[in-house]
Amino acid sequence: MSKTSVIAIALLAVALVAPLFVYPVTLMTILCFIVFACSFNLLLGYTGLLCFGHAMFFGSAAYVAGWLMKTYGLTPEMGILAGGLFSAALGLLVGIIAVRKSGITFAMITFAIAQFVYFILLRSPFTGGEDGLQKIPREPVLGLIDVTRNFNYYYVVLAITVLAVFFFYRIVHSPFGEILKAIRDNDARVESLGMKPERYKLMALVLSAGLAGVAGAMKASVFQFATLTDVSFPISTEVIIMTLLGGLGTLFGPMVGAGFIIYLNEYLASFGEWALISQGIILLLVILFLRRGIVGEFNAWMKRRQAS
Amino acid sequence: MFDMISPQLLFGQLLIGLINGSFYAMLSMGLAIIFGLMNVVNFAHGVQYMLGAFCAWLLLNYLGVPYWGALIIAPLAVGAFGMLMERLVLRPLQHLDHLYALLATYAIALIVEGLVRQEYGSTGLPYAAPISGGMNLGFMFLPYYRLWVVVFSIVTCAGTWLLIEYSKLGAYLRAANENPNIVESFGINVPRMITLTYGLGVGLAALSGVLAAPIYQVSPSMGSGLMITVFAVVVIGGIGSISGAIVTGYILGLAEAITKVFYPEAATTVAFVVMIVVLLLKPNGIFSSEKA
Repeated sequence: MSKTSVIAIALLAVALVAPLFVYPVTLMTILCFIVFACSFNLLLGYTGLLCFGHAMFFGSAAYVAGWLMKTYGLTPEMGILAGGLFSAALGLLVGIIAVRKSGITFAMITFAIAQFVYFILLRSPFTGGEDGLQKIPREPVLGLIDVTRNFNYYYVVLAITVLAVFFFYRIVHSPFGEILKAIRDNDARVESLGMKPERYKLMALVLSAGLAGVAGAMKASVFQFATLTDVSFPISTEVIIMTLLGGLGTLFGPMVGAGFIIYLNEYLASFGEWALISQGIILLLVILFLRRGIVGEFNAWMKRRQAS
Repeated sequence: MFDMISPQLLFGQLLIGLINGSFYAMLSMGLAIIFGLMNVVNFAHGVQYMLGAFCAWLLLNYLGVPYWGALIIAPLAVGAFGMLMERLVLRPLQHLDHLYALLATYAIALIVEGLVRQEYGSTGLPYAAPISGGMNLGFMFLPYYRLWVVVFSIVTCAGTWLLIEYSKLGAYLRAANENPNIVESFGINVPRMITLTYGLGVGLAALSGVLAAPIYQVSPSMGSGLMITVFAVVVIGGIGSISGAIVTGYILGLAEAITKVFYPEAATTVAFVVMIVVLLLKPNGIFSSEKA
């Protein structure tokens, strides 16, 4: 058995017993952000594209899924699927405008489009404006399983998270994923081999947006509300901090990062501005001294140890 | 529909648009100068603008230094902070992917804005206008302070543009962006020039902040709100184009004002609609000379 699957099984075992010891809503928040960070990692870690407004996919899916669940009584799994598909479509639109560019320009364009999406959602009648969308119901999953209790719903969220992370893992380890990495490292070379980098970047953006949408829709069903916070710029940067802190381009990095930041936020919630200030400090320290992230540094350390 | 709109409303909004446009132009010009030389998108620009305004407020309330003194001291102080930032944070990152520097400036913005909010709270602090009164133009009332802001910003923008486009210093800056090694071989200290340029850009942001203090209230988030539009200005004008930044800044301020008169709901989004249209038609921005 490979080392990756050993770690994955160990993590899953921990996740299965965790709600006996930790508040399930905290755990579900972490799971939502793990999926969100994976989606971001697919773009920055594996394709080299910094999306500086990833919250637009997360937050708009939260609204769309929440609205569908509330208005049409959709079950959570259908709502989450719908949220993912909606964000994938949004990703396609954004991609048509943005994938012609990379680097700084791509970051700036996605930043500005995300602000545009924010204003549209603020103005749209179905989002409830400043109040957000509240009292989103949780219908029985698959029409059978009662999930009104958070403890029950946790296992549904865990199952969806495992599926989403497995999907992400399959993407980055497929021939398609190899091409993405080649584009990240040298897109001119990829183009000279007769492939169209723009088309692959667009596909990566659509997949990443879809995963982010799953994460956002899942969060809306967990908290049973969707607000403007979910589409706001601080969420876009929180996912960047999680991914960088954990380790860009690693499978487990975003999990470590998401867990750490969510826990930190909960811990500092009553200390005014200190949650945001410490996020800034962490981001700065990671950029200056720990660019491979926690998992990336650990992997490098293991490699050095094996070599000697 | 046009006869429903009174000249008071139209000109009043146009004046607000011109004021906003003045700030967009000055801030996006500073961003363009920094980006042009360092390829760094300075996400701390909004916070540096806010620091300028706070500096003026602190100078007035604790040391009794009036507006006119703050107009000189605040940009120097915040510019010095910027130079320190460049030396300690941006310089170690200059040979890496430029995205790291962008994220580092954002991290600093997060820290500084958080600290200011922790210390002074989120509510706006008032700052009295140094010039009172105004003139009645018949169709509207024009406060002298607003006139001063518009004139001052036009002069600053034009002066900075001339400096960079036509002076020897500007030539060095542009050359150092193209090929720092050759410029260095002429005996010019390029790293010091980069530090000073970053300081200049930051100082301009702080100067805008002092100008803004009597118009908008002094608050920790005054910069972040404005910067969202300023980044759209930068994308529309072409990232790194100084003249593009200035012209787009004023045009967008006025465009917002006109939208506010005729279709108020869209006033906050007009910048982004323009941006998306421009990106589809001319991906490098209107004023960029670079080929797509």
